[in-house]
Amino acid sequence: MPLIEFTEKGLYCRQGDFYIDPWKPVDKAVITHAHSDHAKWGHKYYLCHTFTKPLLQARLGDNNYQSIEWRETITMNGVQVTLYPAGHIIGSSQVKLEYNGEVWVFSGDYKTENDGISGAFEPVKCNVFITESTFGLPIYQWQPQESIFQKIRAWISKNKEEQKNSVLIAYSLGKAQRLLQAVAPFNETVYLHGAVYNMHQAILSTGIQLPPVMRVNTESNKNDYKASIIIAPPGADGSSWMRRFLPYETGICSGWMQVRGNVRRRNADAGFVLSDHADWDGLLSAVKATGAERVYVTHGFQSAFSRYLNENGIWSAEVKTEYGDEEEEKIIEETNTGSAT
Amino acid sequence: MSDTEIIPQTTANSQKGFSAFAELVSILGTSTKTNDKLRALIDYFTHADSKDKVWVIALFSGRRPKRIVSSTLLQEWCVEITHLPYWLFEESYHTVGDLGETIALLLPDTELTSTDDRSLSYYLEQFITLNKSDENVRKKFITDSWLTMNKDERFVFNKLLTGGFRIGVSQKMIVNALAKTVELDAAVIAHRISGNWDPVTTTFSDLLSEHATTADFSKPYPFFLAYALDAEPETLGSPEEWQAEWKWDGIRGQIIKRNNELFVWSRGEELMTDKFPEYQLLKELLPDGLVIDGEIIPFQVTTSAEGTTAVSPLPFALLQTRIGRKNVTKKQLLEAPIAFFAYDLLEYNYEDWRTKPLAERRIKLEEIIHKASHVNLQLSPVITYESWPGLIEIRQQSRDNYAEGLMLKRKSSPYQVGRKVGDWWKWKIDPFTIDAVMIYAQKGHGRRSNLYTDYTFAVKDEERLVPFTKAYSGLTDKEFAQVDAFVKRNSLEKFGPVRTVKPELVFEIAFEGIAASNRHKSGVALRFPRINRWRKDKTPDEINTLQDLKQMLKMYGTSSLE
Repeated sequence: MPLIEFTEKGLYCRQGDFYIDPWKPVDKAVITHAHSDHAKWGHKYYLCHTFTKPLLQARLGDNNYQSIEWRETITMNGVQVTLYPAGHIIGSSQVKLEYNGEVWVFSGDYKTENDGISGAFEPVKCNVFITESTFGLPIYQWQPQESIFQKIRAWISKNKEEQKNSVLIAYSLGKAQRLLQAVAPFNETVYLHGAVYNMHQAILSTGIQLPPVMRVNTESNKNDYKASIIIAPPGADGSSWMRRFLPYETGICSGWMQVRGNVRRRNADAGFVLSDHADWDGLLSAVKATGAERVYVTHGFQSAFSRYLNENGIWSAEVKTEYGDEEEEKIIEETNTGSAT
Repeated sequence: MSDTEIIPQTTANSQKGFSAFAELVSILGTSTKTNDKLRALIDYFTHADSKDKVWVIALFSGRRPKRIVSSTLLQEWCVEITHLPYWLFEESYHTVGDLGETIALLLPDTELTSTDDRSLSYYLEQFITLNKSDENVRKKFITDSWLTMNKDERFVFNKLLTGGFRIGVSQKMIVNALAKTVELDAAVIAHRISGNWDPVTTTFSDLLSEHATTADFSKPYPFFLAYALDAEPETLGSPEEWQAEWKWDGIRGQIIKRNNELFVWSRGEELMTDKFPEYQLLKELLPDGLVIDGEIIPFQVTTSAEGTTAVSPLPFALLQTRIGRKNVTKKQLLEAPIAFFAYDLLEYNYEDWRTKPLAERRIKLEEIIHKASHVNLQLSPVITYESWPGLIEIRQQSRDNYAEGLMLKRKSSPYQVGRKVGDWWKWKIDPFTIDAVMIYAQKGHGRRSNLYTDYTFAVKDEERLVPFTKAYSGLTDKEFAQVDAFVKRNSLEKFGPVRTVKPELVFEIAFEGIAASNRHKSGVALRFPRINRWRKDKTPDEINTLQDLKQMLKMYGTSSLE
């Protein structure tokens, strides 16, 4: 009997009677991380990592949350549940289930490079591994974070010389905090869009230290920003909210920027290939490190990645989940409310 | 790794060769601001090696070396180096939407620092040299080059190799950038860089020094292009100031006779003399030192009951059977005879007439055409009209005259260079439209890579859906994103890169012409199909039928493609 079934509501553990990252309301949910496609509203009980809890509180309001540390085990109906760092964003975790000597791991979203704030991805030995595949094609190969940070800083320096503001477009949870590390050497106050600022405050409550920031005041105007650095979510890009930063350049930070067409489509002045997901080699090394006999592949290029694993001697199948519609819609909402308050 | 190095200043001083060119292409390809593009070009033309500059001008004006390798071979070599299975290469290609870029991304990152940055001209001239060498030599050159380049350079290199070198820059912008770096007027530059010259043997000063003289007798003038008239014609002022002509649906061209030789140029800066042997008959009839502007169109001679003959255009589809063929056959000459419908005179008796007013040029043009008196050389007639409302009525008859609408030209206007607002307007009639449902989708290319943006549409034939056209353009980015999401959620089957989707979304398809075709299931082929708008208000039950299409074919179509 499988430890995890793929149901209409989400990944389900029948033995333990709980779901992992369900997309429909359920009684018991184990949550890998606080992005909106994984952490939905309406469950009666949430189990997550300590750092994830305040983020869920900020996004979903008060609920019945229980939080545990990485490598701490909790038993649900005889099934041992343990969280391990996934390296995707702050608090992001892989979920390990152990029952009658059989071990299943759901990766959630992950990246194999240690970004310095999300915790270092830790491969977990298992019989069955369920992996994401957002960037599961060999065209996606990332450069080390530090070299991308250098590019970002060079771009900002150039903008500063031209007396322009630099608006970095990044997801409010995860990418935005990485960017704060990237621009820390400028040693100046970074301005945050309301949506990013809210996440920032929630993260501070976990005790994690972040560089000083200032919220973009809705009353502010052009005179308040002179060759400054601003971080805003994708939904703000192209909105009237941006006008106060004129003259400015936009730099989109996303793994999708690897392909030129995406850079052009997004009308970015610059695209930085900075991702919170594993690249092709990262996915392959993660799968191999688990030693799993069977690998299920979800959201992303699941058919290609799964076929490749099969051809390379690892039993694999693709499964359909509703993850992967990252944030975009939601952030547009946040942008609107952000500028209204 | 070279592409992780940071050079915060503008990089033009530190890089000069191929990497500087790759950087230029990258800026031109992604920048959203005309000024940034212009600045990058000026910067490049200021610092680059003059041999490279000649090549850049050549590339941007469509003079690229012959292709030395097929896409299939490039793909094979990439697969060989990366040890990836073929299908995964294909899958990657469908996602990236560009072969050159796919290869650039799949190859391993280079560990080398490209200290010996080769020049652009080195690579391009290698292409020419290697054209004759055997496959192994070409393979070694290409794969070795790949492994000394970073991803951006590799991308540009591959684009040069595959000939798919199109960058979002108009010739006008190139000319403007050059005008900032040499002591010549933009109009002179535009003329100098047109025509027949070889980047291998031409130096930068041959091309653009102040006193260089050109011995190229075939050199055409840059075409004057019209903007679309979006406003009412009344906004143009008094009708007496304007000359109206039909807007023909053919190939814009210049016929040049100099030094007792005749040349035909298309607007795409292509020398097409050999494609139209019928024009050679004109050589004896036209005066020397002459350039006329007009339209290359298929035509027929009709004889009326009274015995008078008239020349009238035929649909563009007929012309398409001839262009693109290396040699024109006798059969094609018979079935698709070509005339030149002249509408302007640019040079007469070796004298540049472009600054004279249109009215004066027209009188001379009519004189020349009448004197030549040959069926393959026609005057594009001037339409007489009394008032704007009168002209609006005449415009409604465009389709019956095989025209796409009207051209309005200010009688006092000079013949300008490129697209300029004010003196020439094209005033097209509304396109045909038909409501159809989307049934297949495929991922797009370029800026639409990894998005389902290429669709196939169907009309109803009783209970069946019959595909009749593809369309790639006409939606906003936001709409494309919505359709993309729909496709991903409503795929029924997958055939390679093509998804069949639930027939649910209805679109209005606009097109310029319709012809019978036995290559298509529906029996029709459309000209310039595109999405006019998304009919969210309509259900698939309300779309047009195959019968409707056939009716259009009967009224406006041609059976020429059968």
